[in-house]
Amino acid sequence: MHGCTRRAFMKGGALSLLGLGAGLGGVPRFLVRAAYAQGAGPRPKVLIAVFQRGAVDGLSMVVPHGDPDYYPARGGIAIARPTAGASDATLDLDGFFGLHPAMAPLQPLWDARRLAVVHACGSPDTSRSHFDAQDYMESGTPGVKSTPDGWLARGLQAAPRPSPSPFRAVAMGSRLPRVLRGEAGAVAMNSIADFDVKSDAGQAMSGGVNTRRGFESMYEGGVRDLLYGTGRETFEAVKMLRSVSPEGLAPANGAHYPRGRFGDSLRQIAQLIRAEVGLEVAFADTGGWDTHAAQGAERGQLANRLTDFAQGLAALDRDLGDRMADVVVLTMSEFGRTVRENGNRGTDHGHATAMMVLGGPVRGGKVYGRWPGLRREQLFEGRDLAVTTDFRDLFAEVARRHLAVPATAPLFPGFAGKAAGYPGVLV
Amino acid sequence: MRRPSRGLMLVLMAGGLAACSSVAPPAATPRLEPPPRYRVTLARSTLTADQQIVHVLGRLGYGARPGEVERLRAEGLSAWIERQLAPGRISDEAVEQALGAYPVLPLTAAELYRDYPPARPQDVQRFQAGQMTPQEIREVFPPNRRPAVITAQLQAAKLTRAVLSERQLEEVMVDFWLNHFNVYALKGPVRWMVPDYERRALRPHALGRFRDLVVATAQHPAMLYYLDNWLSTRDDFVLPPSRGGRKLGLNENYARELMELHTLGVDGGYTQQDVIEVARCFTGWTIDRPQQGGEFLFRPVTHDRGEKRVLGTVIPAGGGQDDGLAVIDLLVRHPSTARFISTKLVRRFVSDEPPPALVERAARTFRSTGGDIRAVLVTIFSAPEFISAEAQHAKVKTPLEVVASAARVLGVRLESPEEATQGRAAVMGGGAVLARQVAALGEPLYEAQAPTGHPDVAEAWVSASALLSRMNFALALAHNRLPGARVELAPFLEGVDRRQPAQVLDRLLAVVLRGQVSPDTRRVLGAQLENPEIVRATADDRGPRNTDVEKLTALVLGSPEFQRR
Repeated sequence: MHGCTRRAFMKGGALSLLGLGAGLGGVPRFLVRAAYAQGAGPRPKVLIAVFQRGAVDGLSMVVPHGDPDYYPARGGIAIARPTAGASDATLDLDGFFGLHPAMAPLQPLWDARRLAVVHACGSPDTSRSHFDAQDYMESGTPGVKSTPDGWLARGLQAAPRPSPSPFRAVAMGSRLPRVLRGEAGAVAMNSIADFDVKSDAGQAMSGGVNTRRGFESMYEGGVRDLLYGTGRETFEAVKMLRSVSPEGLAPANGAHYPRGRFGDSLRQIAQLIRAEVGLEVAFADTGGWDTHAAQGAERGQLANRLTDFAQGLAALDRDLGDRMADVVVLTMSEFGRTVRENGNRGTDHGHATAMMVLGGPVRGGKVYGRWPGLRREQLFEGRDLAVTTDFRDLFAEVARRHLAVPATAPLFPGFAGKAAGYPGVLV
Repeated sequence: MRRPSRGLMLVLMAGGLAACSSVAPPAATPRLEPPPRYRVTLARSTLTADQQIVHVLGRLGYGARPGEVERLRAEGLSAWIERQLAPGRISDEAVEQALGAYPVLPLTAAELYRDYPPARPQDVQRFQAGQMTPQEIREVFPPNRRPAVITAQLQAAKLTRAVLSERQLEEVMVDFWLNHFNVYALKGPVRWMVPDYERRALRPHALGRFRDLVVATAQHPAMLYYLDNWLSTRDDFVLPPSRGGRKLGLNENYARELMELHTLGVDGGYTQQDVIEVARCFTGWTIDRPQQGGEFLFRPVTHDRGEKRVLGTVIPAGGGQDDGLAVIDLLVRHPSTARFISTKLVRRFVSDEPPPALVERAARTFRSTGGDIRAVLVTIFSAPEFISAEAQHAKVKTPLEVVASAARVLGVRLESPEEATQGRAAVMGGGAVLARQVAALGEPLYEAQAPTGHPDVAEAWVSASALLSRMNFALALAHNRLPGARVELAPFLEGVDRRQPAQVLDRLLAVVLRGQVSPDTRRVLGAQLENPEIVRATADDRGPRNTDVEKLTALVLGSPEFQRR
């Protein structure tokens, strides 16, 4: 990343006109909104990408209960067949697939046809390394490590805005993930409330403006490298955030986020969307999916992770309410897990997994993708769920149809995917 | 629920099969013999003598302390590096005394389990049901006896060492190996095992032989538990009927990470079949009662006695515990391992983009010395690439490095729990307060969940959130808002007229950055001297006309230059 150029900052753009560029907050929210409206439209489409790091067991998350080979392969970790009225069994979706019971909060979204699943989805690369497979899924170039940027960053770059919001792309967390690194610029943020330079007493914005200005000036220098570029983006974002104070927005419609990092991330993404800061791409990740031992079945370790996951997504949907008409949530994980239970009531690293697409523009209520089957001869390398949908076909559909990334833009270099190959999850 | 099912645990832990088991001797002795003396001749460099000293202090350690550049100038840089390569000969009394505040450090996992036991299930239940007052909870589960104390003390000790230790290179290397052979303290009982893991598996070999590190980590309960190898059995192993009669089998987790992350590297030339074969070799390498702090144990009955083929080499049937050692020997001698370890070391000490020629030379040293880490380091430190102008300031500091180097450059005094009066410092000392800052900057020590450990490249650490946290840390430290980490700026300003802000700035730049500051930053900081927050032009009821030294110090600590080493 050394020496790469960064997004030029809106000098002379809408923000400067409002005086935000001069380092003072306090501009009324409607003015800020109007400023971004010039570039991004009053209600920009939003994509929220969610990464389940550690390789989620797609066969437990979206259970192929109708496959005759599922229960024999899974032994003690299989999720019980759907039973009418039973809450501790697979929740049937279409007679063949079903949701893990811990995913019950998402059932209403499925019923409302706003949740779709793409099963047997994954990478053409066969790496079973967490690190490499995550890297490939974020760079969008399986097998190629030298790709400098992430696919979401390339998507943003391909659809430039005349005066982009500093919050056009946000990743929740203290590190900027690979998927958003690149020329387009993106902000990583741990928490909205702490996103500021704190004054002497440790309080955000109680007289810290000038000190912030001092730090800011040092990062305005002419050297265009990672440190300076990030510094400039940071201070633009700080100033805008202080002018709209999204942290004051309580969850709407009775939404209740699960406690913990993932729920906090989604809650704050919803705050940024509702505060209309110009957010177009948000990223959140969630860990604990690497269930090599004692992953559990209807209850247990994996069920607990899925509860957090499903409750978080359901709360986000409820919180955003009508706004979900413009929002798509895309979930992903670097690979799936072995079809057979391993020696420790867990699963080892596998190949394909299930990904989910949620939101107003989604043609939901359907499991997409060709099911490759679980018989030994149908498995990848005789052990793993085979990939029948290249993750790039799914991601490309979402980027092109939802974010209007032009078809000519090199979203996935080296990949000749065409619209005909899209799963068709979006309206 | 991270734990395996109760039935399985009972069998694997309770020694039900102990009759046919053997307990191995400890994997490592606590102290090695004094090593042979290694000679270091620095390459010619375009850097000035002082620039070289600052560079070396920032690479082999956590930056300069007040007066240290002058001391190294007198001693000679090569001589100092050679001393660092033999840390056992460096007296480190200040640290040893300070570490006395952290009683968890010398204890075994079993002792820690005894002294810092988990909450009793019945208390947890009553607490969750709201049937206990906070006072009752404190009585049955005293805060100073809780398991969380262990990691808190470890983190505090790590900062104490980074800031105070004379054995700077050893601390850097222990941190390097801790991330290389990462374990996650919050997985199950690993918490009780980590102090022993660092003390016995990593520290004695930090500058020793690579093979010893691999063996010591492979046989340590912390690693066996973290990467699940303690659960892995031959594929056809069936528990006795009295234990449920369930079939167990292989777990690939450790075998894969051993090759991908510890030795060969992900492109090192192994296949999925190699992962399975290596996992078979390590069956039976387990832990004797992991939940009570037990030791490494080889359990023959769960071991796969068949023939294996790893990377094309046949490991004959019946090798027992030695199968795992045979695999380790194969892996540490493999050329991919020499290249992978050398790449990581060059990345740590030279640049995020390791110069290929230097990696090749370091790998050659690795191979020719059978993995002598000291010898590889000598190759790196003697290289023109190491002491070059390109390498100078090429690394962005990790959170640990930024916090430790700021504390060192300002000569921060870390108070002991007895000296400190406030909050966390009064319980755990100033080191714990600094450790919390490191976590806030994104690097929770001993708590990296993924087996890759904390990263060592700039792009992992440079983000909007991280930069703001760094600036807030600079403000807090300079204003003495971190209890237990005492800063005294007055001594740095001796002979400076505080009414002359330009003089103050010049002195601070000399102290914190040794004057190595870009014209842009210099100009911007100069412009701050007009800022009414920084300087009060006239006397008022707060005293005479004066410069806000604390704020100016914070700005210098928050400068782009100080984020680099």
